[in-house]
Amino acid sequence: MDKTVSGLAEAVSGIGDGATVMIGGFGGAGNPIELIHALIDAGPKNLTVINNNAGNGQIGIAALIDAGMVKKMICSFPKSSDPRAFTDRYLAGEIELELVPQGTLAERIRAGGAGIPAFYTPTSYGTELADGKPIGEFDGRPYVQERWLKADFALIKAEVADTMGNLTYRMAARNFSPLMATAAATTIVQATRVVAPGGIDPEQVITPGIFVNRIVEVTEPKQEEDLIRAGASYA
Amino acid sequence: MLDDLKLSNAQIAWRAAQDIADGAYVNLGIGFPEMVAQYTVEGRTPIFHTENGILNFGQAPAPGEEDWDMINAGKKAVTLKPGASFFHHADSFAMVRGGHLDVAILGALQVAQTGDLANWRVGNKGVPAVGGAMDLVHGAKRVAVLTDHVTKKGEPKLVESCTFPLTGVACVTRIYTSLAVVDIEDGHFVLREKLAGISMEDLQSVTGAPLHTDGEVGDLIVPAL
Repeated sequence: MDKTVSGLAEAVSGIGDGATVMIGGFGGAGNPIELIHALIDAGPKNLTVINNNAGNGQIGIAALIDAGMVKKMICSFPKSSDPRAFTDRYLAGEIELELVPQGTLAERIRAGGAGIPAFYTPTSYGTELADGKPIGEFDGRPYVQERWLKADFALIKAEVADTMGNLTYRMAARNFSPLMATAAATTIVQATRVVAPGGIDPEQVITPGIFVNRIVEVTEPKQEEDLIRAGASYA
Repeated sequence: MLDDLKLSNAQIAWRAAQDIADGAYVNLGIGFPEMVAQYTVEGRTPIFHTENGILNFGQAPAPGEEDWDMINAGKKAVTLKPGASFFHHADSFAMVRGGHLDVAILGALQVAQTGDLANWRVGNKGVPAVGGAMDLVHGAKRVAVLTDHVTKKGEPKLVESCTFPLTGVACVTRIYTSLAVVDIEDGHFVLREKLAGISMEDLQSVTGAPLHTDGEVGDLIVPAL
């Protein structure tokens, strides 16, 4: 079994108009910049994008938004050091926002990957983010019902992948990626290094290969924060 | 008058740090609450949690030494202490909601006598962003707030009920302000400490709901910082 593909274009192939795409990363850590830019090159429209944030500067998710490809963002914190791309479109009514508390976002994705359609959480009870959601009382305390979140595709940045799709991550770049890998119909991974099966100690595997569909090696991945500081842009 | 008396943010952070036990697992909110780490009491070793996925991180690295895969929830570069760990977001928020943190310390726009907290948005304008605030107020054994006692316009931030959008209901257990230390018990503000230079009457006049007492009110004493 070999899940590697020939390049970035093949990795993102088949992501069509209207697709829901989870993108790993928190701030700049774990953002799969090369996969996102390959998606911009491919050009599907009306995407729903799930990420903790909503892009920064003129690269990555911000560039995806600037390209007019995003219909809706599902995220917890659509602000950044340079949030212009999302902010302009949001204030102009050109992009939808589903704002989800960060832990609820993570758990909804986890539930989606685990086949759990809904769960109850104390988070957001009594706030405007619980409006319209069922409330349940358990052991005398109120909880908010939240639903699973699934996607057609997940774009993930890993540190090491073996060709069977087993993954490790680098430091806090792990964040949402192991959850997203489980919750997408097709999980697409860019890895800094791709090794043969057995090249990762099974004790060290964070995402087992069953959750991964396509792997592309990007040996010197760009770091979002470095690009922002350099004032880089996709275009 | 209050402006001359009141504690600086550093002094409020110092006071909050005195209540953090050795070995406590602690989450400090972005911004002002992060200052608490600087005033860790000598001989105590709290373990700091950042919700993006690190336990036991340390100071910022020297400029130029940043690794942008090793950041905190405020997206600032951090370093690791021996015994640190990385984990994904579901584990991270299990630590939060699951009752595993000893204390979470947050900032506030308003805190109500019932323990309701408003700290994530002022009104309905602009782009709303909540991050982990609504999660962090649930589950920690103590949820403490650091805040100026009044707004820049002099209006109370400790109120009967919040007028700003809520972050959580009945979640705050202690408030460290620029004038006092106040607990929330059974839907009341209970004054624990106040600056010696302010009278009960004056403190009450800048507090939006009754301050109750339960035993002696201590002097709020902090070093010059």
